[in-house]
Amino acid sequence: MTAPTQNLIAQQAFTAPPAPRRKTFWSQLGASMAMFSNAKSATGLVILAIFTLVAILAPLIAPYDPTAQHLDQTLQPPSLQHLLGTTHIGEDVFSQMVYGTRGVLVVGFLATIMATVVAIVVGVTAGYLRGWKSESLSALSNVFLVIPGLPLMIIIASQFADPPLWVIAAVLGLTGWAWGARVLRAQTMSLRNRDFIQAARANGEPLHRIILVEMLPNLMAIIASSFVGTMTAAVLGLTTLAFIGVIPVSNLNWGTILFWAQQNNAFPDYWWWYVPAGLCIALVGVALALINFGIDEYVNPRLRSAGERARAMRKKGLDLNAAVTSVRTPPASARTDEAGAQPGENHAKESVR
Amino acid sequence: MTTLEFKNVTKIYNVRGSGQIRALDDVSFTLRSHQTIGLVGQSGSGKSTIAKILTQLETPTHGEVLLDGTPIPRGGRGLRKYRQQLRMVFQDPFASLNPYHSIRHHVERPLRLDKVVPSGEIDAEVRRLLERVKLDPDAVMERRPHELSGGQRQRVAIARALASRPALLVADEPVSMLDVSLRLGVLNLLADLQREQGLGVLYITHDLATARHFSDEIMVLNQGRAVEYGPADDVILNPKDPYTRELRAASPDPEEFFRTAATQAGGAR
Amino acid sequence: MSAEQTSAEAVDRASAEQPAVTAATDPTLVGTTATKAEHGGIRVPWRFIGSRVAFYAFTAWAAITINFFLPRLMKGDAVDAYMARSQGQLTPDAEKALRILFGLDKSIPLWQQYLTYWGNLLHGDLGVSISTGMAPVGQAIAAALPWTLGLVGVATVISFIIGTVLGAVIGWKRGSRLDSLVPITTFLGTVPYFWLGLIFIAVFATLLGWFPAGHAYEVGVEPGWNGEFISQVVSHAALPVITIVLVSLGGWVLGMRNMMLTVLDEDYVTVAQAKGMPDDRVLWRYAARNAVLPQIQSFALALGFIVGGTIVMEMVFSYPGIGLLLLSATNAKDFALMQGIFLVLVLAVLIANILADIAYAILDPRTRQTEA
Repeated sequence: MTAPTQNLIAQQAFTAPPAPRRKTFWSQLGASMAMFSNAKSATGLVILAIFTLVAILAPLIAPYDPTAQHLDQTLQPPSLQHLLGTTHIGEDVFSQMVYGTRGVLVVGFLATIMATVVAIVVGVTAGYLRGWKSESLSALSNVFLVIPGLPLMIIIASQFADPPLWVIAAVLGLTGWAWGARVLRAQTMSLRNRDFIQAARANGEPLHRIILVEMLPNLMAIIASSFVGTMTAAVLGLTTLAFIGVIPVSNLNWGTILFWAQQNNAFPDYWWWYVPAGLCIALVGVALALINFGIDEYVNPRLRSAGERARAMRKKGLDLNAAVTSVRTPPASARTDEAGAQPGENHAKESVR
Repeated sequence: MTTLEFKNVTKIYNVRGSGQIRALDDVSFTLRSHQTIGLVGQSGSGKSTIAKILTQLETPTHGEVLLDGTPIPRGGRGLRKYRQQLRMVFQDPFASLNPYHSIRHHVERPLRLDKVVPSGEIDAEVRRLLERVKLDPDAVMERRPHELSGGQRQRVAIARALASRPALLVADEPVSMLDVSLRLGVLNLLADLQREQGLGVLYITHDLATARHFSDEIMVLNQGRAVEYGPADDVILNPKDPYTRELRAASPDPEEFFRTAATQAGGAR
Repeated sequence: MSAEQTSAEAVDRASAEQPAVTAATDPTLVGTTATKAEHGGIRVPWRFIGSRVAFYAFTAWAAITINFFLPRLMKGDAVDAYMARSQGQLTPDAEKALRILFGLDKSIPLWQQYLTYWGNLLHGDLGVSISTGMAPVGQAIAAALPWTLGLVGVATVISFIIGTVLGAVIGWKRGSRLDSLVPITTFLGTVPYFWLGLIFIAVFATLLGWFPAGHAYEVGVEPGWNGEFISQVVSHAALPVITIVLVSLGGWVLGMRNMMLTVLDEDYVTVAQAKGMPDDRVLWRYAARNAVLPQIQSFALALGFIVGGTIVMEMVFSYPGIGLLLLSATNAKDFALMQGIFLVLVLAVLIANILADIAYAILDPRTRQTEA
């Protein structure tokens, strides 16, 4: 090789910063958590963590047993004794809310895990296979997508007299897996045709390694987003079913609180009974939506920067939608004044009509 | 000495509704160790189909591919042995490496899969391979693909392809997606490696000029058919097929340009 | 005739006299879209619509089969109670149909029950409802369905239009204060439908008295096509519709805004702006027109979600639609009615999906093209 070419290559060779250390499994896992590191995701995760703590520490936080009746203190507004007031038979609403968190989160997580596992198995398999096998799996998930979920859940749940938790979770998961499966199938199909997967196949990688080691890490963001979305649907579904009364009231969650509130004419006067439950459901939903926003921005940087770029331009007096880019000549005074952002001499054009 | 024979291969794709597409029509060539064949053709001429058939990502509809006289096995140990002998460098340096894994992972996998060296020596072998493609192992091994430039990524792809010590290499437009200033470096690297290791290289490209620079023989493909096949200089200087002549006329040749300009200038005076 | 018309005709005549440029005359045109242009008119993408209809037929079959198997999988004693309550008031035919519906006759082989079930369905026989005085299920549903269709239809259309327009404008003015609308509408979307409805009733109906608190019209009023009845219907529907719209708005806004951001980055939008096209034309005719296409696809999917929400909304507002019917059927363990409602809902959603697919096929020229 000639000397100039060698120099060229030497320039290209990466010599500047010191080499990074060997990436362990944990550091790689930490790196993939980058999708959660922006402000939106972090806020959502914190809110969710607080609710989880409340659920775990319920006996410590709740001042009363949720079903303990204080018949001399019915329908009391919030006070120091009863932070969120009492129900029509004197139960402490605050304790009910605290214990209700368990019902919501446990069933919510369980249903979501079930749904996500099914979605991954069906979706990735359908995406990797070709032909009729893929089509039939896809048709299966489309059927479950089209069939309206709530009526199906109502019918199935009402057949049980007193279903255990995991059955309720299964019913919720049954209606929630299809969306994730569909998204994963599409993503897997596009991944499968990427060159690095072809290279792995050409290298003779066994199938299980291609799916688990090569494909799955690239699907993590989609899976995380699908998990979060499914959990939102599961929480909403659970509380709705409880409110309708289809799920037996032995399972205490925020929906059951609302069920009792409505049955006993708490509206509109006894706001402390029904407002906290709805707000908490909404808060969990917001937390999950924030996490999802964060993941979205991580995956699609366009969303992240679009607003910032526009704001930065607007500060300089430029319109992002202007048809012609402006030519800025610095005003005569700018030579003494180092700040360049004087819009006085701006030749910005309005969009041509 | 390894010989790959591509014998009368036809590949037909069935497209739903619109009938069939003949990607390859009765194409034949022989690739041997120590030899480079340049495969030239425009988009859709069937070049990539040949690459896919060679790496067993597709199978021929008619015809056969023989390695040292025996047909390529469909599965099992035979297929693995075949795969170890023939490796491919892909066109797009941005897509041919898994964005999630380190460079070390990419070069290590073939070593582990084909048990090229005992596991204790894998690290040393990865370093040796990276050095051979003129990359600094310490700087590059723990990085992820997006931290490298296109030229570096293509070198990693070459290192990965050479890891299993193949006898034959298929380079599918290895420099088309690189900056022009980097192309010569990578091509010269391939030429050096070929000489050092006695590889048989199938160099697929749309660029007649680099094909000539790099190959012993050239085959020109047009719409799935081989319209020209012979020693490189013969094909370039005395093309028999009209398509080849058009190709040659289309690629700018500085010598020709200046000669014509000089003649015209001389005539004008 | 004006000069323009005559000259246009002259051009038409001139081009008609030349031999058509087709694949037959020019081999380089084989397989290109140029050969398709000679057909003219709207090409109906039959294969696309055909595959969608086939899929929906399969889904309908699946739903019907699920409906068939459900009672056979669940506990039997509730069904026995059902039969006990309805004894003595049923005709033998009705009783036979119910036995088939619930799988009570173990003597008949399963496949025969399945065929009879299908036969009954095709005759419109969905069984008898015990909670509505032994009326046929079909009759009970037919009375309630129009109310639900009205509510869902109006709310969906309003929500889609407002959400899409809002999303387009927010996307266009990215980075402005309008961006803050996105988290607000998303928050509204995470609030449970029924809770918001209850709050609205409490605030706007009971406390402020702006809207009636429930039902579709005043109790005791005779339904009729007169002004008073219609005005009552509108005022009673207002609060439910507003609630559904507010909750479903977030999804449309977010989806449209994200699509707008992607579309606005495309080169053809930049070219349009550089050509000097007015802003509102670029926004509506170019960007929004393309960004709305995926929205139509998600429209069909969102429909299942909207149906679920409307059901709960009817329960909250005591609106006499399918949802309220389902609630009373659930409480009364009226299985025949519940299954009938489920079937009707699935069929309605499927039909709506077909309509959305047809709309999408007409609007997206690419689906028309891929038929070629």
